[in-house]
Amino acid sequence: MDNFTVGVVVFPGSNCDRDVSWALEGCLDIRTKYLWHESSDLSDVDAIVLPGGFSYGDYLRCGAIARFSPLINALDEFVKSGKRVLGICNGFQILTESGFLPGALTANKNLNFICDDVELDIVSSKGSWFNNGGEKQTIKLPIAHGEGRYHCDSDTLKKLVDNELIALRYKNNPNGSSFDIAGITNEKGNVLGLMPHPERACDQTIGGTDGLFTLKSLILK
Amino acid sequence: MDQFAVKVFVRLRPSVLDPAGEATKSASIKLGAEGIKSLRIGKMIEVKIEGNGENEVREKIDLLCDRLFANTVIEDYEYSLEKL
Repeated sequence: MDNFTVGVVVFPGSNCDRDVSWALEGCLDIRTKYLWHESSDLSDVDAIVLPGGFSYGDYLRCGAIARFSPLINALDEFVKSGKRVLGICNGFQILTESGFLPGALTANKNLNFICDDVELDIVSSKGSWFNNGGEKQTIKLPIAHGEGRYHCDSDTLKKLVDNELIALRYKNNPNGSSFDIAGITNEKGNVLGLMPHPERACDQTIGGTDGLFTLKSLILK
Repeated sequence: MDQFAVKVFVRLRPSVLDPAGEATKSASIKLGAEGIKSLRIGKMIEVKIEGNGENEVREKIDLLCDRLFANTVIEDYEYSLEKL
């Protein structure tokens, strides 16, 4: 895995790109490379993280403009090849806007920007993004979002449940998400989108290490 | 080429909770306005666009609405079109 490289996408307005890179390089010794959103050459990265932030100022809707960047256009082939893509917070919003994941993320029920640690239940083992085998089926990760209320119609929700695509659920739903959903995967399992920030929980000195497993799983084939 | 002024209205679908609308409704009641049964907030987008006739322009606007202006998972749209 020496040459395994994770591409960290940088949009105008991304602000968690350096955190993701720090967590991968500093805590897990995984090489990273920043990918400017105008690049469509993904040939030298083995996995991709769409980090949190406010791409294009969240204009129109969160993630709506980012969807049309050359990099997101190139992502379709990358995903089809089975390589892993992790969308965190704004990255999750971009993945739903661009159709890689179903549903949509909209304003929190209480209209607050919520910055807090939340307890999450690990629901599915699809994609092996979380430590299902461990004793602990609950993890604690930070959230920081104003528009994290997951919404989908009832047919989509049924499909998510039936196909085990719900990865994480909030124990105490902070934002009004349908079915307490905090993160979902695609059917293949190689794409995960979640509102909580695993990269902010990778070192005990900043409050916890429950995010390490998810970032580490980027190197899984 | 004909030029058209288009007004696009994007609204949250009726089944989607509109917390900003609820907050504004609450403020409206505090202001003393009576009888408000429902208040929901949407967006209006004004576009000036040219094309060969109304049908061609409608096709362009339909594409814009469906792919960009609205997220049809949570939003509906409608528009009006005026020839300039």
